[in-house]
Amino acid sequence: MGPVSVATPTEIERPETTEEPVEVPEPDVPWVTVVHNDPVNLMSYVTYVFQAYFGYSKEKAKKLMLDVHHKGRAIVSSGTREEMERDVQAMHSYGLWATLTQDR
Amino acid sequence: MAGHFEPTEDGGATIALDEVEISILRSLAVQLLELIGPGSEPADQPRPPRDAESPAPGGARGGAEGGGESGGSGSESMEDELAGIEAVSWPPFADGPSEPPADPALARLFPDAYGPGPQAAPPEDLTPGSEEAARAKRDRAASAEFRRYTENDLRARKREDGLAVVRALDALTPGESGAVLTLTPAQSQQWLGALNDLRLAIGTRLEVSDDTDDELYQLPDSDERKPMVMAYLWLGGLQETLVETLMP
Repeated sequence: MGPVSVATPTEIERPETTEEPVEVPEPDVPWVTVVHNDPVNLMSYVTYVFQAYFGYSKEKAKKLMLDVHHKGRAIVSSGTREEMERDVQAMHSYGLWATLTQDR
Repeated sequence: MAGHFEPTEDGGATIALDEVEISILRSLAVQLLELIGPGSEPADQPRPPRDAESPAPGGARGGAEGGGESGGSGSESMEDELAGIEAVSWPPFADGPSEPPADPALARLFPDAYGPGPQAAPPEDLTPGSEEAARAKRDRAASAEFRRYTENDLRARKREDGLAVVRALDALTPGESGAVLTLTPAQSQQWLGALNDLRLAIGTRLEVSDDTDDELYQLPDSDERKPMVMAYLWLGGLQETLVETLMP
């Protein structure tokens, strides 16, 4: 009985180094960008920013602005963590107070 | 009251300004630049030494205060200051700071990217070992890292916006009745950013809130905050009309 040689090419499995940061417990849960109300930013300006940066319609931008104004905060976008960091950075450059968080 | 922007044919904006308005705007923009200025907040990691470190015109001077001065005198020293600010550049790839600025106005311009935002409970209110405390700690760490990678860019951009305001004003040659300022669409964007940053800085100094508005807007002339409130309201009008010219 000779040894059975298995000649089928197999994919090399790389041992994944699992050094993912603990702060990503649920990768499937999307991240969101939250804009917070503040007493200085003009309502028209906030609406403008939502239109100019996100490309939202005037109606949608205005509704989000009113949500921020009346409810204190509104989710303005969602996606990967990297995308939301980009959005938050953009909001900060416009002077809006924004944070990102994992939706749950 | 005059002093509002109107749209131009090419998508820019135009406004008539008198000499006093020009000098107040310029003075405020220069103070904003000093506030944003060459990062006075130390990074937590040692940076390569900068040759001839310029004296940091830090937040302690208070960005917006005293902006009611006409700024007409001492314009030479202002030029010097401005030249200093323009010359400053960070070494490429240098990390930004990881802690929020201590100055409240600066902290408003450069807020934390993670966490509950303005409603944040002070850390001492959180029960040690609780889920909230753990989360706050994670948020702080993530905010610090975000800040290290983004704040220098953000500062640079805000500085560019402020400089655009000063340069546009300096390009004017005011006659007896002032001058007409005309902005290109790109300049309008920069002015919009700078006007908003100015209002954020002044609003923070004045502690503007949804509740205090009425009191703040009916101050007696004797109140030392009055000139700054007037400037704040005036800037609001400028920004409001500038936004209108840009509305898609």
